[in-house]
Amino acid sequence: MLELPDHTEHLKDDILAEQQNNNNLETPGPLQTFEENLAKGEFRIQQCKDCGQHVFYPRLLCHHCGSNALKWVAVSGKGVVYSSAVVRQRPEKGGDYNISLIDLEEGPRLMSRVVDVDPEEVAIGMQVSAHVGMINDKPAVLFYNKEQGDKEW
Amino acid sequence: MSLRGETAVVGVGLTEFGGLPGHSHMEIMAKAIDKAITDAGIHKDEIDGIFSANFVEMLTPLTVAEYLGINPTYMDGTNTGGSVFVNSMQSAAAALSLGLCNVALICYGSNSATGPFTHPPAMHTVEDVYRPRNPITPYALAANRHMHEFGTTKEQLAEVAVSARAWAQLNPAATMRDPLSVEDVVNARMIVDPLGKFDCCLISDGGAAMIMVRKDRAQDFPKKPVYMLGVGSRTDHNLISCMPDLTTTAAKEAAAAAFAMAGVSPADIDVVELYDAFTINTILFLEDMGFCEKGEGGAFVSNGNIAPGGSLPVNTNGGGLSCVHPGMYGMFLMIEAVQQLRGECGERQVDNAKLAACNGSGGFLASQVSAIFGTQETL
Ligand SMILES: [Zn+2]
Repeated sequence: MLELPDHTEHLKDDILAEQQNNNNLETPGPLQTFEENLAKGEFRIQQCKDCGQHVFYPRLLCHHCGSNALKWVAVSGKGVVYSSAVVRQRPEKGGDYNISLIDLEEGPRLMSRVVDVDPEEVAIGMQVSAHVGMINDKPAVLFYNKEQGDKEW
Repeated sequence: MSLRGETAVVGVGLTEFGGLPGHSHMEIMAKAIDKAITDAGIHKDEIDGIFSANFVEMLTPLTVAEYLGINPTYMDGTNTGGSVFVNSMQSAAAALSLGLCNVALICYGSNSATGPFTHPPAMHTVEDVYRPRNPITPYALAANRHMHEFGTTKEQLAEVAVSARAWAQLNPAATMRDPLSVEDVVNARMIVDPLGKFDCCLISDGGAAMIMVRKDRAQDFPKKPVYMLGVGSRTDHNLISCMPDLTTTAAKEAAAAAFAMAGVSPADIDVVELYDAFTINTILFLEDMGFCEKGEGGAFVSNGNIAPGGSLPVNTNGGGLSCVHPGMYGMFLMIEAVQQLRGECGERQVDNAKLAACNGSGGFLASQVSAIFGTQETL
């Protein structure tokens, strides 16, 4: 493995420190904020203060109107399956699983899995609700068909 | 100024397809370049524009320039996925027309089949966490939505694969030439439902190269020039979750722009070459380009309508489904269009082909680049 000369790390630290002073970067970017919320069990998306539309995935700029004024909001968690597919996988590797595109009540579409019905039973138009769960050892938004509820996320 | 008829393809080169073990992607590309410059009757030192992209290295145009020992005046390594070479063709036409280069080389080579396995690149944390098995799943999602909205059936998807195979059987260079039936396709092992094994393109080694010049020099080469009459490039997403409508691609606008530049309509087209990474692609692009109405693609591809002897010859080399698919296919469909317009296609030759329409697709139905090519008499 290539050994970096010692001074490289110092240089990197110095540059980073300098930039953080200049830019006053005390808060992480929108993606990291989204993931930190998920880690706390909270599913939050952004809403534009200017045009009022919701934004997902998390961004610094509203892709509807270009505004940079985005705020984090809770969502109803209610959604509808826009499309669905079954990824075939050998049982010893974990078996088949579902991949869906879900249209949230608030407007944005996201990729996820509907996890409480058989993968091939997930149908377009199916009503689903969001839960924050774990997938592949990472917190993620998952959807359930049967456990409908009005819980705020 | 319009780019209509300003530039022409005067040389093409294809390698053998399938497995070329022990060859790097650059070596496969070099085989194709050698054939293209021989076809054009030029020396490599005449090339002063290089247009090349790959997914195994970042600086492909520099590699090509170094490998050939040339010092080009114009280079373009833009990567829009599998559509890129049609996109490159647009850039080459523009650069040639502005005099930024005089002889443009567009080239690609891949050892996808026998080289080291390259995982599909990460897309985005908000999708990657679900392990969507790219690139197949996005197309399965599009196919399922198309089936839901328009009643498209698995049998109709299968017709696309069967038609491609029928063309491949007329092409000695095609990889897959055994008979294939709708039943074979529908009953094959599912990969990502609703797409089975035969709904998915091949994984091949292969290279392709093309030489373009301005129209004032187009007659100075051994082969019949094929003119670029129209081109249009659009994109409406990168992640499949950001695609506005999974049943309509940006090819709708890209093709409209290409047809408008060329001054022709789908009814005028003699032969069509589309990026058929999956069977649903052919249906979507035929609809979006205006060869049939939205939602009617399934019926349109049925009953041999796009197969040899059908009303519209589509993917006459056998396509990515049965001829060749080395990672990014956009180059190969353009070369088939050129060879059809030259009249070089032997058993699969479309009689009296004068106008060809192409559509390259990049990413997951994301980048769409359409092009219209024509013979001298269509100028
Ligand atoms: Zn906005």
